[in-house]
Order: sequence, then structure tokens, then C-alpha cells
Amino acid sequence: MRTTTSAASRETASMRIMVAIKRVIDYAVKIRVKPDKSGVETSNVKMSMNPFCEIALEEALRIKESGRASEVVAVSVGPAQCVDTLRTGLAMGADRAIHVEFPGTLYPLSIAKILKALVDAEKPGLLLLGKQAIDDDCNQTGQMIAGLLKWPQGTFASKVVLDEENKVATVDREVDGGLETLCLDLPAVITTDLRLNQPRYASLPNIMKAKSKVIKKLTPQDLNIEIRSDLEVVQVTDPPKRKAGVILSSVDELIDKLKNEARVL
Amino acid sequence: MMQTRIGYGSTKAQVSLCYNQEVPRRFHRFFIIVIPDAWLLYHKVEIQVLWEEVYPCLMRYGHFYSFMTSDDRLSNHQVIINLRSMNNILSFDKVSGILVCEAGCILENLISFLDNEGFIMPLDLGAKGSCQIGGNVSTNAGGLRLIRYGSLHGSVLGLEAVLANGTVLDMLGTLRKDNTGYDLKHLFIGSEGSLGIVTKVSILTPPKLSSVNLAFLACKDYTSCQKLLSAAKTKLGEILSAFEFLDINAMDLVLKHLDGLRDPLPSSKHNFYILIETTGSTESHDKEKLEAFLLQSIESGLLTDGVLAQDINQASAFWRIREGIPEALMKAGAVYKYDLSLPPEKMYDLVEEMRGCLGAEANVVAYGHLGDGNLHLNISTRQYDDSILTKIEPFVYEWTSKHRGSISAEHGLGLMKANKIHYSKSLETVQLMADIKKLLDPNGILNPYKVLPTSVLPQRGEEEPKKEA
Repeated sequence: MRTTTSAASRETASMRIMVAIKRVIDYAVKIRVKPDKSGVETSNVKMSMNPFCEIALEEALRIKESGRASEVVAVSVGPAQCVDTLRTGLAMGADRAIHVEFPGTLYPLSIAKILKALVDAEKPGLLLLGKQAIDDDCNQTGQMIAGLLKWPQGTFASKVVLDEENKVATVDREVDGGLETLCLDLPAVITTDLRLNQPRYASLPNIMKAKSKVIKKLTPQDLNIEIRSDLEVVQVTDPPKRKAGVILSSVDELIDKLKNEARVL
Repeated sequence: MMQTRIGYGSTKAQVSLCYNQEVPRRFHRFFIIVIPDAWLLYHKVEIQVLWEEVYPCLMRYGHFYSFMTSDDRLSNHQVIINLRSMNNILSFDKVSGILVCEAGCILENLISFLDNEGFIMPLDLGAKGSCQIGGNVSTNAGGLRLIRYGSLHGSVLGLEAVLANGTVLDMLGTLRKDNTGYDLKHLFIGSEGSLGIVTKVSILTPPKLSSVNLAFLACKDYTSCQKLLSAAKTKLGEILSAFEFLDINAMDLVLKHLDGLRDPLPSSKHNFYILIETTGSTESHDKEKLEAFLLQSIESGLLTDGVLAQDINQASAFWRIREGIPEALMKAGAVYKYDLSLPPEKMYDLVEEMRGCLGAEANVVAYGHLGDGNLHLNISTRQYDDSILTKIEPFVYEWTSKHRGSISAEHGLGLMKANKIHYSKSLETVQLMADIKKLLDPNGILNPYKVLPTSVLPQRGEEEPKKEA
């Protein structure tokens, strides 16, 4: 068994973890489409941290508590109210936060570009994100930023083991066929899946401490990023209501329906 | 009018039905379920509660049976009236929030309907998926939000009831203020179906406010819990919407017997846990107010620890702990349940006395609506044991009576506690109740043997007992 040299352990112990979190409509809220079909109703609706981002932050905190990292920085991009979500992150235990304020619509590529600028400035050894946001289900940001940074990526992580000696992360990924285990050189991007951990509650002592933690405010211009979208939402509608099933009385009736109604024969 | 007599083979009960083609407005549709031993047949028919054929009726509104034990007296010739087919919402005024609906509407369905309109029901309970509003009203159900929205005596503006002789009493007002004569609807609210069958309800619903916050807290002793309640009422004021407590035995039981729950405050064991909920219109204002109050409470030593739910899922998890206690008690074995209203400062003294009295024989579990002064005292044992029961009763009732408490804060009297009413009500009061019962239901066909003790009401077929001198 090799013992870590004090220089190496000092190096990894100073590793910073950056966690990107998103403010979304609370998972338990019943979504309503706006009458003009331009989007979903967000006014007067409960907003919370994206559940997968919560899991990412929890993982970062556990890594820090095990001594493998020295600092957890939570970042969020969006309108002014993102500060509330960042405060929750600080109350869970993040050391500081960065808010890149932008009131308009943001798509994964823009977020990825902003995150790249932040990563270049903060130089974390690990970037954690939720696998996808529950409002758009894009599942793209983690992969895009890994591409922009040219960092290895372990997505849909259900288990993360950090080897600080060799600066390597072993990630179990949930894939369609089961579990896939990857070994990533750090720095790396990891996106988290549901079974990775169960996030902690924000305790009152931590909420108290969070009040004195810093939230740095930036704008995309500060980072020299121009937000430009190649996508335009044309319409948002409810999925068609499921029709009730019909019980048929004979095989002939079934054939008739398959032929003339469902048109599959 | 065509009368049909339906006889069912080997059963003893017969039901007379009156089927009228013209369907006068005053006759309602009922589901009738005939019991003695098993479900038989149910018809959706027009019926008139018959005066001549006097059969005892048991009101069933969803699962709001107002009795908790089976009883031989009820086994023959019973008609259970289930109003579940009377489940229409008749009107809703978006400006005033006044909802008029039929008694068979399920509470959860009303909550969903109102949700679309931006309102909520003034009461909420664990059984909302199956209980009917008629039952809630007939039993004056309490629930978790009484501290904020008051009791049904306040939020029910009117109702329609059918009396034992078939008279339809239209008291279905939708007015906030109406001082014209005696307010009879209050007789029916909480009378457990023994004075009349509630068929329609008009209820004032509060607007749905978007900002809901929930904190799960720990206190070291009961005095702190009380002081926390006073502080919450002052500091949180108009946004306080629930204040519940559970003790360490309740917490341990829930964590042991229910799946998928975790202790929100695992770092140490706490003697008392409190749930505080706030509901208001502005998220930032409410959160700030709640956090300031909680931090101040920690600093002053009222609280030893606590967590704040950050999203609806976490809030549901906290509520599941409090609402899961009855289920956990059922799984733990036999349980003796007492629902008591006591002066807040005395409430836990009873729990400690019971613990001292029963020792290792039983697990004395306490939880309840601390904000309303309502204790749910539950004594959990492996199996039912008369020797334990004798240690509990009548001690619990006498203790409650001595402190001028109520032996049934919200659960009602039903069959089990009808004969115990004198622990909380004077002889004269009970006699007057009996007089009213005789006036409205002289043949005693509505929910017999419930609510009032046999000492003041004649047994069916017997002479009326002599009044107390």
C-alpha cells in the first residue's frame, strides 16, 4: 500500500469542486400550459432547485467532507431569483456561490459556454451537474461543457469514487443495458443520476451560516459571452389526453378496428 | 306513487323504497346498501326516508363511520345510507370563494376542483382521498389547518339536511352574515348524523396562497414546545398555518414501522419534535420571517435543532412522518387511542403520568395538534389486555374531566364514547341534547346508540326513561 506524499495530498486537498445548479418549477407542482401556448405558467408557482442538481451538490459536499476537496462552489445562470436557489445551496453547505444574471431564455449551449468561462476562472478539479433539468429534460449541458473544455465526462453517475492519489475518478453509470464503470482522469465533468445519493436537508445552523456566505454577481458580458440562441420555441401544448380503452367483443371486431381505425393492418 | 318492496332472500332486513317517476326536486338520489352480514345490492333510486317503516339508519360518509367497534345491537335491520352518488359541485363563486356542493363529494376532489380556481378547502386530513364532505361536516372534522382556518362551525355557511321524518330542511345559505333567528345548522355540524342527514353543504373556501414553508424542529422539553407556540403565534402571526407536535416515542415508532422515511434530524435524539408550517402570498417575505423566527428561537434556546424543507418533496416527507403515526401504531400491535383537548400547559403531564402508571407494560405515544390544544394519546401494546385497560380507563377520562378538558376533541363520541359524555358535559346539557334528539328523531332511527348515552334516551322499543329529578 503506497502512502500519499504530503505534497500530493496538499495538492488534491486543495481541489475545488464546482456544482452547476438550476432553478426550476418544483417537481411536485402540477404544470399548466399558458393559454397562448407560448410556454408553461411560471408566475405564482413554487420554484425549487432541480432535483438532480441537488444530488450533484450533495455529492460534492460528501466529497469535501471526506477530505478529498477543500471547497465547493455553487453556480447558477438565470434571472435574479436564482439567488434563492443559490442560498439553498449555501444552506446545504456550499462554501460560496456565483450567480450569472441573465433574465432571458437560456439553452444548454449558452449555459455550457458560460460554465466554461467560469471553469477557466475558478479552475475546479471537478465539475458536477445534474444529468438533466426537469423543465426541459435536455440532458445536454454536461456533455456540451465537457466537449468545450475537452474534459472527460461520466454522465448518469450512480456512484462516484475519487482516487486523489492518482487524480482519477471511477464512475458507475446507469445505462440502458445496466451499469457501466468508467475511469476518468481529473479534471472531469460528472452528471448525476437519481440513485447516486439522498440529498441532505438544510439545517437551521447551516441556514444561519449561509447568511454570511458570498454570492458573487456576474453578467454574461463580464465573461465575454454573447447569449445567442439558434432555437426558437414555436409552441407549447399539453400532450393529447389519453383516450379510454375499449373492450371489444370479438376477434372480427378487433380486426375491423385495427384495419379501419388504427390503420395498422 | 309506486311503492316497491324489495326483499332479499335469506336476509332479515327489508327496505321500502318509494319510486316516483316525476322526480320532485325534494327527493334525492341515494345509494342504499343493506347490511346485516354482507354487501347486497345497491340501487340508485329516488327514495323518501319513510316515516312508517322505521328502520335504523347508519350514516356512512366515506369512511367516517362514527363508531370504532362492532356491536351486536347493530347487526339486524340496518340500512346504511351512502351518499356517494350525490357528488356534484353545484356552484362556486370565484369572488367570494363560496362553494356549494352535494354531501357525497370526496374531499380530495373538492380540493382538486378548487385548485384550478385558485382556492383551497379550509380543512385537510389524511383521509381526504376517501372521506366525503357530508361526513366531514357531520363530524365537525378538525384536521391539520384548524389553527389557521378555524373549525367547520366557522367555514360552513349553510347546509341542507333531511330529517328523520323526510322533511328537507333548506338552510343552504351562502351569506357570511345572517342573524335571522336561531342558527340551526350548527346542530347538524358535529352531531354525527344523529339529528339529520346532511345532503348539501355551502362552505367558505380560502384563497390558495403560493408560498408554503415547512420546518421540522426539535425541542428539549415540553415547556419549550409551549413557549415556541406562543412565540410562533406572535412572530409568525398571519402566516402560521399549522403547528403539530410528536414526542420521541412517536418518532421512533414511525421510523421503525414505515418504509421510506428518514429522520430529518439524525444527529441526535430529541425529546420533542415540532412541525411549523406557514402559508402566505409572498415567498421571500414569508421565508425571511420564518427563518428570522427560527434563528431567534435557536438563539434563545427554545429550539435545539431544525431543518427547513427546500421543496415540496421534502415538505411531503416531513408531513408523512407526522401523518404516518396512526399507521405505525396499527402496525406495532394493539393500541388504545384517546383524543383529548386539554389546557396546553397540562397536556404532557397526562402523558407522563400514564407512562409512570404503565411502566414497561406499554409504549405511551403522544402527538397532536399542539396549536389547538389537542392531544392524541396512544397507548401501544403487543396485544389487547384488560388489565392494561383498567389502568387507563377511567383514569384518562377522570383526569381530563378534572382539568375541564374534552374527552373527544375531534373524533366525536360515536358508539364507544357515548356513555362517557358526562366527563365533559353537565347533566343538564346532556338532558337538553336528549330533548333535541327526541324532537328531531322521535323514533331514534338515525344512528342509534351513538353520541348520546343510553341513560337519557330510550332503548328502541322500551319506555322513555324517567327524567332526572
